[in-house]
Amino acid sequence: MKFSENWLRELVEIKADRAALAHALTMAGLEVEELTPLGENLGGVVVAEIVGAEKHPEADRLQVCKVDAGTGEPLQIVCGAPNARVGIKVPLATVGANLPGGIAIKAAKLRGVESFGMLCSAKELGIDNDASGLLELSADAPVGKPLADYLELPDASIELKLTPNRPDCLGLVGLAHDVAALFGSHVKVPEQKDAVVAGAARRGIRLEAGADAPRYLGRIIEGIDPAARTPLWLAERLRRAGLRPISAVVDVTNYVMLELGQPLHAFDNDKLQGDIVVRHAREGETLKLLDGSEAKLDHGFLLIADEKNGLAVAGVMGGYDSRVTDTTHNIFLESAHFAPAAIMGRARKLGMHTDASHRFERGVDPELPRRALERATELLLAISGGKAGPVLVAENLSDLPKPVAVALRRARLKRVLGVEVADAEVARIFTALGMQVETAADGWRITAPSSRFDIEREEDLIEEVARIYGYDRIPTHTPEGALALAIDPEARLHELAVREQLAARGYYEAVNLAFVSHALIEKWGLGERLVPLANPLSADLAVMRPSLLPGLIEALSHNRARQQERVRLFELGRVFAAGNPPDETPSLAIVASGSARSEQWGEAARPLDFFDLKGDLDALIAWGGEPQRWSVHADGLPGWLHPGRGARVARDGQTVGYLGALHPQLAKALDLGPDVHVLELALEPLLGRRLPNAQPVPRFPSVRRDIAVDVPESVSWSQIEQAVRSSLGAALVELRLFDRYSGKGVEAGRKSLAMGLILQDASRTLTDDDADRCVRNAVAALEVSCEAKLRG
Amino acid sequence: MEDLDTRATQALAEIDKAETLDSLDALRVSLLGKSGVVTAALKALGTLSPEERKSRGAEVNRLKERLNDALGARKQTLEQAELDRRLASEKLDISMPGRDGERGGIHPITRALERIAAIFARLGYQRADGPEIEDDWHNFEALNFPPHHPARAMHDTFYFGDGRLLRTHTSPVQIRSMKGRQPPIRVIAPGKVYRSDSDQTHSPMFHQIEGLLVDETSSFADLKGTLAEFIRAFFERDFEMRFRPSYFPFTEPSAEVDIRWDAEDGSTRWLEVLGCGMVHPNVLKNCGIDPERYTGFAFGLGVERFAMLRYGVSDLRAFFENDLRFLKQFA
Repeated sequence: MKFSENWLRELVEIKADRAALAHALTMAGLEVEELTPLGENLGGVVVAEIVGAEKHPEADRLQVCKVDAGTGEPLQIVCGAPNARVGIKVPLATVGANLPGGIAIKAAKLRGVESFGMLCSAKELGIDNDASGLLELSADAPVGKPLADYLELPDASIELKLTPNRPDCLGLVGLAHDVAALFGSHVKVPEQKDAVVAGAARRGIRLEAGADAPRYLGRIIEGIDPAARTPLWLAERLRRAGLRPISAVVDVTNYVMLELGQPLHAFDNDKLQGDIVVRHAREGETLKLLDGSEAKLDHGFLLIADEKNGLAVAGVMGGYDSRVTDTTHNIFLESAHFAPAAIMGRARKLGMHTDASHRFERGVDPELPRRALERATELLLAISGGKAGPVLVAENLSDLPKPVAVALRRARLKRVLGVEVADAEVARIFTALGMQVETAADGWRITAPSSRFDIEREEDLIEEVARIYGYDRIPTHTPEGALALAIDPEARLHELAVREQLAARGYYEAVNLAFVSHALIEKWGLGERLVPLANPLSADLAVMRPSLLPGLIEALSHNRARQQERVRLFELGRVFAAGNPPDETPSLAIVASGSARSEQWGEAARPLDFFDLKGDLDALIAWGGEPQRWSVHADGLPGWLHPGRGARVARDGQTVGYLGALHPQLAKALDLGPDVHVLELALEPLLGRRLPNAQPVPRFPSVRRDIAVDVPESVSWSQIEQAVRSSLGAALVELRLFDRYSGKGVEAGRKSLAMGLILQDASRTLTDDDADRCVRNAVAALEVSCEAKLRG
Repeated sequence: MEDLDTRATQALAEIDKAETLDSLDALRVSLLGKSGVVTAALKALGTLSPEERKSRGAEVNRLKERLNDALGARKQTLEQAELDRRLASEKLDISMPGRDGERGGIHPITRALERIAAIFARLGYQRADGPEIEDDWHNFEALNFPPHHPARAMHDTFYFGDGRLLRTHTSPVQIRSMKGRQPPIRVIAPGKVYRSDSDQTHSPMFHQIEGLLVDETSSFADLKGTLAEFIRAFFERDFEMRFRPSYFPFTEPSAEVDIRWDAEDGSTRWLEVLGCGMVHPNVLKNCGIDPERYTGFAFGLGVERFAMLRYGVSDLRAFFENDLRFLKQFA
């Protein structure tokens, strides 16, 4: 809601300057979003008439004008505006004026011709953004009059960010009532007089939409002058409210809407056939609207029609065919009440938002239509002439909202606000807001005016008291009271612990948008159980991510394109899969590229490999204290992993994620090299943590025996580990792989593995014989199950 | 006997001159070893008469002691010298970088979010969460947004076409936290939220934290007190604050909270940082809580806004670009 400050001040006495007014509005919940001072520093700018114009002898685009500024002798002014011509009245900044943009007007020579002032555009005067040409004033503008006086400047455009519960302030008169309550003053709105009915033209109105449209008023005005010009004062108020003047009829309806909050519509009466019918649209019914678009309607829309055609989508926009044009002499003026629920969402459904729909869907005072119709008639007759017909009324009084008294309990008011507001203050506030106040034993009974759609229950009244009393006057208090201490399970890690651990291992946390493109998902082969958005912002943001990796890899690429070869990123977030309801799995992903360590002097540089990431996985698992529940598997890999350098991760045998090198084809498609490794896991299993159950520290020393075996390449370490463990049972407390070798000295197709066996017995010190026996058993088991040969 | 004295005097001089531990040791062997001169002299005592043996033995033993002391002293000197030499040769350039000291970092949004959640945890607020893909009831209807209400238009919503939507705020967690529970309730719900809006100052995904307190005594004054304490704890300083009337369907009275922020150019301006209000009775009722017996307040804040203010981030989009040159500033 944007309006002229001067206009508001005309409607209500405001004992405050502009800044104080803006502050008071904001602090009353009518937030001032923008405040634009208009027409400051217009001293020395006067109304002038161009009485002569000749081409500049030296410049094609300039004219040398003779300008009458009421000083007797015409002034010579050089002007470059395209619309400068003899006979128009324009603003003249005389020598000595200082324009808002910082332009000081001096006598000057322009291409050799003397100029004594400047003819101005609206922009140069700081009253509008229009810089296309000179601001053309009305023909009756008095020459010589200071422009500020003539245009009622300075002024300000104030734009309020109104919340949806306050449609009563979408008209200046409603706003004036709130302002009066804030400042303890009174509104100065004159009583609306009925227009003189000089015509007799009538038209029937039939209400066929029940409670959705309980009141519809109309009036035919015949014989208006289609060429009549909107007076400057009215056009200026529209402009300062952000509306462009269009034609007298449209300008008047807009003006009344701004003033009273009641949207009006004017039809060309000669294009209507028979009665006006207010009904619901039929399924599939269409109507060409004023903006030229074709509205496809259904039964949910209210339609204003005549006996043949649709005329307007009620509360949204008028139709094209019945519009008022520059040849319209007879109009039918509509002023109606529509139930908010009948308009809500309808404009949106048509992909539009209009001043009318904005008001009707929030609620327009049902008592306004008659007053608005009379006001519009009054203005139109004054501007465009014509004969007003009688007011035509159709209404179903039983369907109109009825005033209801709402109870406010004194004790509740205090309980909710935490402050005692004096009874007299409460009564003053409601009275000032135009509400009827009855006192009751435990408080008050309040009846709101018909303009207020937001007063239905006790809390609504409490809010009004708080708002006008002032939130600032409510004290500040720290809550006390019962508080149940929540249990924080120790057998569960906090997500923050996972994040901090990864950060400690060199990873930076990334946050990606949770949407990805279909194209990216296809590259990864993740096209199953997708959850696409019905209304994505763009194709790049069309699907809820089924994995964190595609986005995280894009972040990695972003950094590699910016001289960051070695990238370590992780992200925690949910991944989505279709279902009822859809699955949302909190997940962890890691991506890494570049050398294993950041560049340093102490060790030979080495490219990152699978085991670096597996080390990260091991560290994450170790945090939970139950590594034995975890396993990795070479089978069942997704297509985006390198089939030989990837692993499936399981916990208690259940797959929970994957890690490894990207599949070379995917890496190529993403323009990445073989060094990129990734990990993705469901987060929840990682957060599981063992609650310690302490055992006595072993009393007897352990012994260590190292063995080296060679085995076929195809035998995995986990097979060897399993063979050794099952052959030694509890005696083996730890098995360490400390070397892996293939090449010279080892048969082709085989590899040598060296391991340390840490042996211990809980009840005695192991002898050399015991240890040797263990080694023999382990080797025997390896020979049987792993085709192992003991190496010297 | 003179021989031995002469030899001893000579030996003491040689000990003082010994330059290496090896030569010192050779000297020790030649004097005190199995076939050394002193050992020989001790052996020769057996040939003497008991009186002579006694006086002569005492002399030899004194000599042996003197030689031992001298050897020991010289050995210590030589060892110290050798240690000094070794230490001098073992000097490191301790200014070179240490091994493997590189660390990563946590995202500034997480950092701010965890800081906020921790402040409320100290006040007894328990963490809660709900799904990001919500249904209309939890996201709107239970929060007192009627269908098609204009307040919904303020939430540019992403839909899935089956009635489900991406939650537009963390407020549905209020509903999930209250359903099936009775007060006292103190809940803090951080998480991702979504609005179909994207420009310099809007991201289609961002983070909110919702707070909720319901008990038998809470009032708007308590809400003001809680948020004032929170702002002070988060920024570690006091701010001029103001509570402005506003409108949210699920709270009444509702407020927006501004703090007086110092701009870099020295000017100050009001900056909106929070939305809040007393929980609407309809919302309590929707969750099976008696609004006559219980009152409560709720508040919601944008984590990005707090992270921007706290860490001096001027561009919202930087949070989601994941540029390491940005992320490294928060390590």
